[in-house]
Amino acid sequence: MATPLHPIDQLGAWHRIRPLELLPWVLAVGYYFLPNSNLPLGTEILTWALFTLSLDLVLGYTGIVSLGHAAFFGIGAYAAGLVARWLGWTEPITALIFAGAVSGVAGVISGLIVLRTHGLTLLMLTMAVAVMLKELANKLGWLTGGADGLQGIVIDPIFGQFRFDMFGRTTYWYALAVLFLAWIVARRIVHSPFGRSLVGIRENATRMSAIGSPVMLRMVTVYAISAAMAGVAGALLAQTTRYVTVNVLSLEYSGDVLIMLVLGGMGRLYGAFAGSAVFLVLRDELSKLSPYYWSFGIGLLLVATVLFARGGLLGIVDTLWDRIKRWRA
Amino acid sequence: MTSKLKIIAAAALAAVFVQPVAADNVKVGIITTLSGPNASLGQQMDQAIKLYNKLHARDIAPHTVEIVLRDDTGPAPDVARRIAQELITRDRVNILGGVVFTPNAHAIAPLATEAKMPLVIMNAGTSVTTTLSPYFARVSFTLWQSSFPMGQWAHQAGIRSVFTAVTDYGPGHDAEAAFTKAFTEAGGKIAGSVRMPLANPDFVPFIQRAKDANPEAVFTFVPAGRQATAFMKAFGERGMREANIRLIGPGDIVTDEELPNMGDVPLGVVTMHHYSSVHDSPTNREFQAAWKKEYGPNAVPGFMAVGAWDGMAAIYHVIKQQNGKLDGDRTMALLKGWKHESPRGPIMIDPDTRDIVQNEYIRRVEKLGNALANIEIGTIPQVKDPWKVFNPPK
Repeated sequence: MATPLHPIDQLGAWHRIRPLELLPWVLAVGYYFLPNSNLPLGTEILTWALFTLSLDLVLGYTGIVSLGHAAFFGIGAYAAGLVARWLGWTEPITALIFAGAVSGVAGVISGLIVLRTHGLTLLMLTMAVAVMLKELANKLGWLTGGADGLQGIVIDPIFGQFRFDMFGRTTYWYALAVLFLAWIVARRIVHSPFGRSLVGIRENATRMSAIGSPVMLRMVTVYAISAAMAGVAGALLAQTTRYVTVNVLSLEYSGDVLIMLVLGGMGRLYGAFAGSAVFLVLRDELSKLSPYYWSFGIGLLLVATVLFARGGLLGIVDTLWDRIKRWRA
Repeated sequence: MTSKLKIIAAAALAAVFVQPVAADNVKVGIITTLSGPNASLGQQMDQAIKLYNKLHARDIAPHTVEIVLRDDTGPAPDVARRIAQELITRDRVNILGGVVFTPNAHAIAPLATEAKMPLVIMNAGTSVTTTLSPYFARVSFTLWQSSFPMGQWAHQAGIRSVFTAVTDYGPGHDAEAAFTKAFTEAGGKIAGSVRMPLANPDFVPFIQRAKDANPEAVFTFVPAGRQATAFMKAFGERGMREANIRLIGPGDIVTDEELPNMGDVPLGVVTMHHYSSVHDSPTNREFQAAWKKEYGPNAVPGFMAVGAWDGMAAIYHVIKQQNGKLDGDRTMALLKGWKHESPRGPIMIDPDTRDIVQNEYIRRVEKLGNALANIEIGTIPQVKDPWKVFNPPK
C-alpha cells in the first residue's frame, strides 16, 4: 500500500478525471445511437439525474436533509415556463440560465431561514416551503394555469437550428449537454477545499465551527448552488415537455428525487446517475408490464435497498470491488 | 412435376385466392388512470375496452386490434405526455384513445397535431379540449352539455338561490361557468361560490361555507369516482338535508358505479347527465347484460364505461372503413359526422367541432328495489356543446 498523500495532493489527485468517470457519458452518448433507443425516457432520466445531483450536494455532501427540494425544481420550471408563455422569452438557453438564477436566489432566501434549524425541524421546514409554493401555484390560476397546468409554451430551436422534435432527439442532446456542464461544476465543488469543508460540516458541524469554518455561510452557499442546479433541471423539464404542472412542486417529486439518490448512493456524485436511471427505467418497464400494480414493484425495490444496501447501488458495486481485490491479494 | 408438388402448388394458389384481404393488426394506444386514488375510473375504461374487443372482434375480421394499455397515474399531464410520446414513436400505435383527466388531454394535444395521430377522448370533458388539436374527437361529454341545461332546469324547478362548489380545474371551471350563466340568465341568484382543490380535498369546510350561505340548493361538480363519494358523505354529515338544502349538479357526482358506496345521502339528488345505467333502451339492456355476464351480477358500468365502449365503437368504425390501414386525416374525416346507437341513446360526432352531440337526461336518485338508481324524469334531445355555440371557432 502506498503512503497516504498529503491532503493537498489528495485533492489534486481527485481532480484528475479517471477513465472510469467517463463511463456514464460514453453510455449516454452510445444510447442515442442504439436502434431502438427511448429518447423521451432518456431525456427524462437526464433531467432527473441533474435534479438528483443537486440534492446530492446538499444531502449527500453537506448532510442537509430536505424533503422539499422540489420547491427549487418547481421554481425553475415555472420561471422558464412563465417567461416563455407570457413574455415571449422563447430562447431556451438564456431562459435556462435565468431559471437557474431565480432558483438560486430563492435558495439563498429560504436557506437563510430554514438552515438555522436542523434535524426534524429542518425536514418539516423544507417541506413546508414546497407545500406553500405549490398552493401558491395552484391559486394563481390566471398566471400558472393552476391544476390544469401551464399550456402553450413555445420554445425556439436551439441556436436557431435544432427544433425540439417529437422523437426527442434534440431534447436528449440538450439535456445531456446541460447535465455534463452541471456535472463539471459539481465535481469541481466537491473536490475543492470548499467541498471538503462541506463534508466536514456533514460529519460534525460543531467541530467545524470550532476550527473557524463559517458553517452557516458554507451551508447557505451550497444550498443556493444546489437550488440553482435544481432550478435548471426544472427548467429543462418545462422546456423539453413544453408543459408545467403543479406536480413539479409536489411532495411526490421531492420524495422521488430522494428515493433516486438513496437508491443510487449518497455523497458519490455518480449515485445520482445510477439512481435516476434505474428508478425511471424500472418504473417505465414495470408500468408497461402491469399497468395496475407496478407501484408495488417499486416499493419492494426500495425496501430491499434500504434493508440490504445502505450505500445504494454504487455501494453494492464498491463492496463487490473490495471483495475482488481482497480475493486477489 | 410430381403429384405431391402439384397438390402443394394448388393448395398455395387456393390459399391466395381464398384470402383476398391481408389481415392488419391495428395498434390502439390507451392512456388512462390505473393507479392511485382515481384507479377505479381507468379500470372501468379498461374493462369496457376489453369487453368490446371480446364481443366485436369479428366485426373487423380479418383485421385484429391490439390494445397497448398505459397508466398515466392520475391528473399528471407530464406523465400523459411522455406516455403518448412513447406510444407514438416507439410502440407505433395507429390510434390513441382513453384519457380520464382534462389536463392530460391538453398535454397530448401538440403531440397529436405534430404526429397527425387521432385521439378518441373517452372521458375528459372540458369544452376547450377539442379545439386544441384537429386530431382530437370526443365521444364522452362536456361539462357545459350537462351544467348549462341544469341551470335552466333549476330555475324552472322553482329554485331561486344556489351556492356553487366545484373542483378547481378545467371541468370544474366549465361546470361553474355553464350553470351560473344559464341560472342567472333565467333570473336565479348565486348565493356564493367556492373552488375546491383537485388533489386530496377535504370537503367539510367547503360544505360548511355552503351551509352558512343558506341557499336553496348547492350545485357541485367533483371528479367522478371516489371524490364524489367523499363529497356525498361530507354532505350528509354536515346535515344539509336537515337544513333543507338540496344538491344538484352534473351526473358526475352520482355515477352509477359509486351509488352503492354512498349510503342514503344521495336520495332525491337531481342531476343532468348523458347516461344512467337504468336508461330504458334495448341497446342499454344488452350492454348491461353483457357487462354483468362478464364481470359479475353486482358490477355496474357507469358513464366512464360507456364512454370507453362508444370510443371503441368509433375506433372499430374507422378500422372497418379504412380496411385496417389507418391514416390520421382519413380517420378524422370518418369520425366527423359518425352516428351511433349508444347504450346512452343516439350519439353523433359534430362534424364542425369533433365534439359529441347527445341526449341529456334529468335524473333523480331513487330507490329501485334495494339499490339506488338514477331514474330519468326528462330528456333534452341532441344537445350540442353549448360553450362552442357561444364561442364559435374564429
